[in-house]
Amino acid sequence: MEQFREIWRTFRRRPIGIVGALTLLSVVFVAIFAPWLAPYDPDEKIDVEPGDLLAPPDAGHLLGRDDAGKDVLSQLIYGARVSLTVGFVASFMSMFIGTTVGLVAGYFGGRIGNALMRVVDFLMVIPDLPLMLVIISLWGRGLWKIILVIGLLGWTYTARLVRSQVLSIKERQFILRARAIGAGSLRIIARHVFPQVLPLILAEAVLDISGAIIAESSLSFLGLGDPTLVSWGMMLNFAFERAISRMAWWFLLPPGFAIIWVSLGLVLMGSTLEEIVNPRLKSHHLFDPRRMVALVAGESASQRISE
Amino acid sequence: MALLDVRNLSVDYLTDDGTPLRAVEDVSFSLKQGRSLGLVGESGCGKTTAMLGVLRLLPAEGRIVSGEVRYRGVDLLRLSEQEMRKHRWNKIAIVFQGAMNALNPVRTIGDQIAEPIMLHGAATDKKAASERVGELLEMVGITPEMARQYPHQYSGGMRQRAMTAMALACSPDILIADEPTTALDVMIQAQILDLFQHLQKQLGLSIILVTHDLGVVAEICDDVLVMYGGRTAEYASVDTIYNEPLHPYTQRLMQAFPDIDGPALKTSLASIPGYPPPLDALPPGCRFEPRCHRKSDVCAVESPPLVAVKPGHYVACHFAEG
Amino acid sequence: MQRGDYLIRKIFFALATLVVVIVFNFFLFRILPGDPIKAIVRSPRLTREAKEKLRGDFGLDKPVFFDAEQLREGDVTGAFDTQFAAYVRALLRGNLGISFHSRRDVGEVLAERVWRIVVLVAAGETLALVLGMTMELVSAWRRGTRLDMTILLWALFSWGLPTFFLGIILLILARGHLPTGGMVIPGLKPENGWAYWADVGKHLILPTLTMAIVYTSSYVMIMRSSVVEVLSEDYILTAKAKGLSTFQILRDHALKNAMLPMVTMIALNLGYTVGGAIQVETVFSWPGIGRLMYDAVMKRDYPVLQGCFLLLAVSVIAANFLADLLYTVLDPRVQPK
Repeated sequence: MEQFREIWRTFRRRPIGIVGALTLLSVVFVAIFAPWLAPYDPDEKIDVEPGDLLAPPDAGHLLGRDDAGKDVLSQLIYGARVSLTVGFVASFMSMFIGTTVGLVAGYFGGRIGNALMRVVDFLMVIPDLPLMLVIISLWGRGLWKIILVIGLLGWTYTARLVRSQVLSIKERQFILRARAIGAGSLRIIARHVFPQVLPLILAEAVLDISGAIIAESSLSFLGLGDPTLVSWGMMLNFAFERAISRMAWWFLLPPGFAIIWVSLGLVLMGSTLEEIVNPRLKSHHLFDPRRMVALVAGESASQRISE
Repeated sequence: MALLDVRNLSVDYLTDDGTPLRAVEDVSFSLKQGRSLGLVGESGCGKTTAMLGVLRLLPAEGRIVSGEVRYRGVDLLRLSEQEMRKHRWNKIAIVFQGAMNALNPVRTIGDQIAEPIMLHGAATDKKAASERVGELLEMVGITPEMARQYPHQYSGGMRQRAMTAMALACSPDILIADEPTTALDVMIQAQILDLFQHLQKQLGLSIILVTHDLGVVAEICDDVLVMYGGRTAEYASVDTIYNEPLHPYTQRLMQAFPDIDGPALKTSLASIPGYPPPLDALPPGCRFEPRCHRKSDVCAVESPPLVAVKPGHYVACHFAEG
Repeated sequence: MQRGDYLIRKIFFALATLVVVIVFNFFLFRILPGDPIKAIVRSPRLTREAKEKLRGDFGLDKPVFFDAEQLREGDVTGAFDTQFAAYVRALLRGNLGISFHSRRDVGEVLAERVWRIVVLVAAGETLALVLGMTMELVSAWRRGTRLDMTILLWALFSWGLPTFFLGIILLILARGHLPTGGMVIPGLKPENGWAYWADVGKHLILPTLTMAIVYTSSYVMIMRSSVVEVLSEDYILTAKAKGLSTFQILRDHALKNAMLPMVTMIALNLGYTVGGAIQVETVFSWPGIGRLMYDAVMKRDYPVLQGCFLLLAVSVIAANFLADLLYTVLDPRVQPK
């Protein structure tokens, strides 16, 4: 618990991370309050006239209408729900699998560890998008299928990361002490090892969510999204197929920018967290040499320090 | 004029949130041409930091906050970085501890030795540089053909010798050797020490030997500066330190170290109970006070200044007179 | 480590992964609901001869993986005379089936189009590498300055950029100035010589640019962590102690060491790059394997889909293996003694 407070304190001081978090929160807000925010219900059947198709923005439709005459803005707002759902659930899945694999492989090592890492290597070599394309094409479209596919393929990086963390934690004093008093492996992992890796996992999870959102949007763009739902990727699929020749920018651009918006927020937040939790920016030997010698003729040393 | 005159050097390390930790406080010494200095103390006492400070090679969070480092009268701390670079290796070279990682694994030894030669203009073409590399390797007892090999192909002792050869590439006035014998076996240690003595005699090289091994210091050095907790504890000639140590810490070191005329034994500094003070929790008074066998009330409160008890013998202790 | 050992491990791994992919590919199409192979044979679009050929080639009248009964009888060869065996045999002969849509031999179609994706990926990756490494080195040289921060933010930003959307944006921006679809103006043929190839090149600009922008950020980040790792090594301090300037240190010491892990990373990244190529080809109608895969998805042309997947997976595996080989050449520590 203490370490989370510490992390939060440090995070508060990083403007980039805060910007990211706020960006993400804005999307979460939109997703939750979609029914109240959206001017129209995307599922509602409406009567359209030919002039309504791909109509540019006007007072009633701030982002114009799509190729079926529906309001783009409303679809955009509801689309947040799909993206976030896929993002959070798929990410949770891959985090869960990855953490378990990483913990087991790292803590127990030996043949199990090696075997698990070989599996990880296999999966990492096989290209993601082609595999997902093939699976969804054959299996069928649907939100849960997409979530499952993304979740089941995205855990390898986490597994590697967790494993290397566990390897370094394994030899620390408090673990050795726990082993000495005869604590069982599961207990040690659950009570001592896991809490240590949790911050790192959470940081990675944030980044993973953005990966999942982009994966879903790519799959949807390529025509494999859930046909019953409106997702940003699907909007772009329709827009690209039908609106590009007419340059209907109001249909073409907003969904893409929405994806960028949420993913940017996640990336900024995630990489800030990652740096706090796992400061890889070690002390190194190459940097502005002018800062090293703190004395300047006439200036007192203590003044320099407090700068 | 002294070859290297360090006065009141203080170095801080900045922590993550910017608070400075004083790693080296007010260290001074004077190195004359042809004489060698032993910088002695436990790990973490600041001796390496002080040397990095002299050459302005501190890592990103290091800050030199006060002092002067006069090389032949010129204050190195006030030179521009460009000027400073001309002094590095050329005038003052340094051999780091743990030579394994101190050499670039993807370049040949010969290449790496030739690099400063070409950089500082000691040779102007590759051929001349190559010859010089051969000379240097021979000087340290490595066959010149080995120049074509990579660091991982050298043994530990060879790497240390190669690093020494590299350090001498531009015929510097001063060689700073940071723990040159740690983690090497006794035979190799002896080789390295022989080499140093040879260099002192033949080249008149001044060596600053940073170490916690008192046996080595006795062999090589003329003067000794004992550091504790970032400060100078005692600074005097090697004879004085070994025969009339006045600082309690030095005295304990000498106790742990049997006899310089006797058989060379590994010193064990762990025989002084307790641990050196952590940088973020420095005691307000004398830094050695918690472990001192001569302490009294004033020691915990007031930090003893470094005084010249006799000409050339400096001690920082309230009870220096003995 | 001995080079021999290292190589053997890598060969073994590559082969094992290959086997896994082949088996997986086989099962995928037979296990998932709506067994497409059976569907092929029932498809009205194929001639009877084609159906018979397929049945024969893929042994569709035989058991799927192995015949338990024959195995019990001790007839090992018979037991494995199955669909899977037929599949592998066909594969080794380069027979990947027949496209549902075009009724052409899948292998033929793939062979025809593969060079286009290779060109795209090669051009995009090269550009991304050069830009990425340069940007990171500049960043390292001027660490902590606004330039460094800008580069970092840009890299983070493009990490969250969907490749296909970047393509759409560039397409919109460049419309009218650069060709935005297809590979070549209709009418031009390879026989037209230089005119043809120049036009192909023009059509390649936008797709390559899209790839490059997306993957530059990857390489900046990878290079960055590599550089940071390298810069904290002791030999960098030695280099500084020798009196080398920051630029000289980066060029003569850091660069080569930082690039070593890059080789492995480029290969590992290839999976994502291929995914990006699929998206880029789709947006710009660049007729390579990526676009083929997209069309196959749209048209439910399963043999082509399967073929594309196999081709792409095998290529990435092979590329990884080659990268491991290359590593032994570059790193003197992994050499024969």
